[in-house]
Amino acid sequence: MTVLNSKIPAGPLAEKWSKHKAAIKVVSPANKRKLDIIVVGTGLAGGSAAASLAEMGYNVKAFCYQDSGRRAHSIAAQGGINAAKNYQNDNDSIYRLFYDTIKGGDYRAREANVYRLAEVSGDIIDQCVAQGVPFAREYGGTLSNRSFGGVLVSRTFYARGQTGQQLLLGCYASMNRMIGQGKIEMHERNEMLDLVIVDGKARGIITRNLVTGEIERHGAHAVVIATGGYGNVFFLSTNAMGCNGGAAWQAYKNGAFFGNPCFVQIHPTCIPVHGEQQSKLTLMSESLRNDGRVWTPKKKEDAIKLQKGEMGPNDIADEDRDFYLERRYPSYGNLVPRDVASRAAKERCDAGFGVNAEGKAVYLDFKYSIERLGQDVIEARYGNLFQMYEKITDVDPYKEPMQIYPAIHYSMGGTWVDYNLMTTVPGLYAIGEANFSDHGGNRLGASALMQGLADGYFVLPYTIGDYLADEIQTPRIDLNHPEFDKKEKAVNERLQRLYNVKGSKSVDSFHKRLGNIMWDYVGMARNEEGLKYAIAEIAKIKEDFYNDVRIPGDFDAMNIELEKAGRVADFLELGDLMARDALNRNESCGGHYREESVTEEGEAKRDDDNFTYVSAWEYKGENQEPVLHKEDLVFETVELTQRSYK
Amino acid sequence: MADKVIKELTIKVWRQKNAKTAGKFETYKINDISGGTSFLEMLDILNEQLINDGQEPIAFDHDCREGICGMCSLFINGRAHGPDDDITTCQLHMRKFKEGETITIEPWRAGAFPVIKDLIVDRTAFEKVLQAGGYISVNTGGVPDGNAIPISQDDAEEAMDAAACIGCGACVATCKNSSAMLFVSAKVSHLAKLPQGRVEASRRAKNMVAKMDELGFGNCTNTGACEVECPKGISIANIARLNREFLAAKIKD
Repeated sequence: MTVLNSKIPAGPLAEKWSKHKAAIKVVSPANKRKLDIIVVGTGLAGGSAAASLAEMGYNVKAFCYQDSGRRAHSIAAQGGINAAKNYQNDNDSIYRLFYDTIKGGDYRAREANVYRLAEVSGDIIDQCVAQGVPFAREYGGTLSNRSFGGVLVSRTFYARGQTGQQLLLGCYASMNRMIGQGKIEMHERNEMLDLVIVDGKARGIITRNLVTGEIERHGAHAVVIATGGYGNVFFLSTNAMGCNGGAAWQAYKNGAFFGNPCFVQIHPTCIPVHGEQQSKLTLMSESLRNDGRVWTPKKKEDAIKLQKGEMGPNDIADEDRDFYLERRYPSYGNLVPRDVASRAAKERCDAGFGVNAEGKAVYLDFKYSIERLGQDVIEARYGNLFQMYEKITDVDPYKEPMQIYPAIHYSMGGTWVDYNLMTTVPGLYAIGEANFSDHGGNRLGASALMQGLADGYFVLPYTIGDYLADEIQTPRIDLNHPEFDKKEKAVNERLQRLYNVKGSKSVDSFHKRLGNIMWDYVGMARNEEGLKYAIAEIAKIKEDFYNDVRIPGDFDAMNIELEKAGRVADFLELGDLMARDALNRNESCGGHYREESVTEEGEAKRDDDNFTYVSAWEYKGENQEPVLHKEDLVFETVELTQRSYK
Repeated sequence: MADKVIKELTIKVWRQKNAKTAGKFETYKINDISGGTSFLEMLDILNEQLINDGQEPIAFDHDCREGICGMCSLFINGRAHGPDDDITTCQLHMRKFKEGETITIEPWRAGAFPVIKDLIVDRTAFEKVLQAGGYISVNTGGVPDGNAIPISQDDAEEAMDAAACIGCGACVATCKNSSAMLFVSAKVSHLAKLPQGRVEASRRAKNMVAKMDELGFGNCTNTGACEVECPKGISIANIARLNREFLAAKIKD
């Protein structure tokens, strides 16, 4: 018997959410005023939750490490947001969005959660339009759509290549209205470093004020983690520099199980790495695959010349180009899901057909769509992305194809939550990318924005009431409780330990070492030997880190190296757990590709008999082996099949 | 994409311990920087060098490093976001600099943006202006269908042009009066161009302008410098629109 209770409601799939909503408790307006909620993170999930909860009457305290809530990394999402509106009359429906998401996730997500996501997706678009999000429009004034990978309909709503920005500014505007009314207390440049639990319930957090260096105590009746993903374990990723797994990791160390840590998404269309000095990778939106064709040379000798810089892409005739996605996957072509497109690019490059000096790039070519539609149409669709590409690479993508290569992008794994989005710690919730729940082994394009806003606008505000209804007698949380003393002391000791190492190497140098191990052994292709090696290497890096890290500057003032050191300390442990989870899951599914489990055609091969479950890891103490719990995934509606995009 | 390597650069950078102490320029040398390295990566390399030498690294704001979060700032050789057009500092690449060049780096300079440390400034004044009215007053839920109000493509595009502002503060830092008019007008224009935003347009314009004045931003004298340095190409036509909205609101009073 597992200790996990996913609390998935009984009954037919399409009725679960409405029945659940009818059954859960509601807090009266008079009582909401007496209840405090902490929301950590102000991206799409945290921002929409903070605004919605405050509008409902709760007192919200919101936290972000940036200097403004509107800078959270949701802002960088380019392509769009999915919704089952069927505005294009292409036979889209809630069921089709649900099915695409379950299949795209390689059957490792919960049916009930995904159906709910599809169900509320339409409301998100309505909400965003009402807030003034300037979505693209047709001449008649109706909303435009485009297609994304892994689907055969057009259900993606967009605002040029800046959809994440516009959606975030929308929910941030709603937050601002509530801040102005005193219903949200906003704490910028403030990072959560521990969770406070009193009598088994989440009652507050310990933070560090990044401007003054002070350690602060904040109490609430419930705590919501909305801090996004942990892709920066890999050092190089498309995440913002400050993105970290800290809040989720502290939750884990305080009893919240961690779900599917090995499920990370590798995005196929990023600008390739250019050398040793690179700090992060830049994504080129998946929407580009609507109009760009992916290819490498057919002839090895052409590839070698390209690698040496002896010829350019435009010197290669059409018949000598291998449009390998169209060749291998004729029905989806360039719009196969991300995991499939990434592996196909790696396969070509590993076979020696890469097109840059490192042999680690493929082309994304707009020549054909420019010929078909004209440059002005392409410019209107992707102008800002093309400009961004040219600024970074000094190559004009209207004239020469883009070079792209896969990079770490998104974490499908995250804090384990039940159907109410509550973690295994009562009163502690996780929403958006920070939880594990909706994308299984692979996320479809334009679904992250959908999930973040679904959780924040339309799911958490209801489900949190079910818990808080029993807390109306709980007075405001006492910050002098011994548990706050204990946790504040622990945070101070943890930071002092790092600060006092006074070693010889920078925090970044350890982070890069970790990133290299993670990319080589816990990246796009994994095997038992490599994963065991990674676990051993990570332990060595961790030991070196605690013996030789150097953190200059003052302890109790703004100290960016100290901030980074705390995050890298968490990443070292997270990387270890990811490798352990990847080692346990001896099947390939979605973004998790075990070389021991592949079909004859080289596609990922799932093992449904043995791995149709969510891995939920329980922390057992420093240097103790974590314990694996399994939540069996029960498919009542869809039939599990081998994914095919041919 | 074979980029040149710059053998040596001199970096003259503003160092300031905190808001209470006076700052001054310090000079550092840095070697062997590839032209394909971004400006902030160059600073990372310099910081690595400083840490290895036992000195405190230079504090600067940055986050997404892809030109959209608006966190990075820096006045580089006298220009906000450095010597290239339509980009943020994180998108600036070292190929824009010459061998042996001296690069001067300063924080945003504006009364409303006090220095926190080195190159980091406090821009929360922007947030306070937004809190005064940079929104449409709708609660979550109970809104009409997304297609219920048709919006012409031109209006949607114009709203998007204004909404593209990333709130970095380059306009304020560039303006000789430290005016925030471009920032405020972008938000007012974005919402004023949409039927959803018209309902409270008057209130919004008045409240945001009043808050902007209260926070110590200077007046606009139409020099147009803000538009030139805006990384997102926000047009000063927005300032004209804000003035119109503000005037119309005041006349109604």
